[in-house]
Amino acid sequence: MARPVLADLSVGDVVATGTVELDRARLVRYAGASGDFNPIHWDESFATRVGLPGVIAHGMLTMGSVVGVVADWAGDPGAVVAYQTRFTKPVPVPRDGVAVVEVSAAVGAIDADAGTVRVDLTVTHEGTKVLGRSQATVRLS
Amino acid sequence: MANTLPDRGFAGREYPATAPYSVGREKLREFASAVGAAHPAHHDLVAARGLGYPDLVAPPTFAVVVAQRAEAQYVQDPAAGIDFSRVVHADEKFTHHRPIVAGDELVTVLHVDSVTERAGIAMVTTRCEIFAEPGDAAGDGTGEPVATVSSSLVIRGEDS
Repeated sequence: MARPVLADLSVGDVVATGTVELDRARLVRYAGASGDFNPIHWDESFATRVGLPGVIAHGMLTMGSVVGVVADWAGDPGAVVAYQTRFTKPVPVPRDGVAVVEVSAAVGAIDADAGTVRVDLTVTHEGTKVLGRSQATVRLS
Repeated sequence: MANTLPDRGFAGREYPATAPYSVGREKLREFASAVGAAHPAHHDLVAARGLGYPDLVAPPTFAVVVAQRAEAQYVQDPAAGIDFSRVVHADEKFTHHRPIVAGDELVTVLHVDSVTERAGIAMVTTRCEIFAEPGDAAGDGTGEPVATVSSSLVIRGEDS
């Protein structure tokens, strides 16, 4: 697959879109893989007791999942040299079925001297933004 | 509990370098699968080497696994006064000085950058400086810089 070239990009270009489906099993899997065993991500009664609507996804799972579209677009996950986000809204994950998270990645800025492009991610669940100021810096040639 | 907000005296604290975290291939594959990262460089040695890496490459947020262990020194210290049932993850930032690859031995120096409080809501910001240590040498945080991970937590007070 040809890798994207900095000179071909313009601010505003949508470079990738995708959908991430999160179910309870996925949360348990991420808990194990990451070592984050906070019960708000797997125990309904604990989650409601601390004032949440129910079990919610790890913010880090949402953040870690949506950046895949950027790594795949770049053709090299190691080209993602920086990545940041703000967790603005929780993603509730129902006992049955899935929570659908949608991501759209667009060029936010180009730094030709550094050879990097800032990709801004718009991440929504049921039409509401769940991540804020979500930006990945990608090194391209 | 009389006080459910964190002790501001921890701001500016720097912890000694952690014991090394050994980055394993199967851990990278497991983490990549958990976040749905299907790029072959996370899973297939030939693909990773084809991109010029010595071994499997970590997904962009894998450093959180390493950082979290270091952060535990602070957030799980009862003296820090952080009530985890009231914590919300506010933001996270990764800066990769070079990609993490399988075989890395990573040590982390944890900094508590700030502890602030306003109207019963507290925010703590930590920063993990992650270094690669050569060979089996005991880590002292003077190795090659690999990643910087900044994390902010919001802690709601008793009445908020």
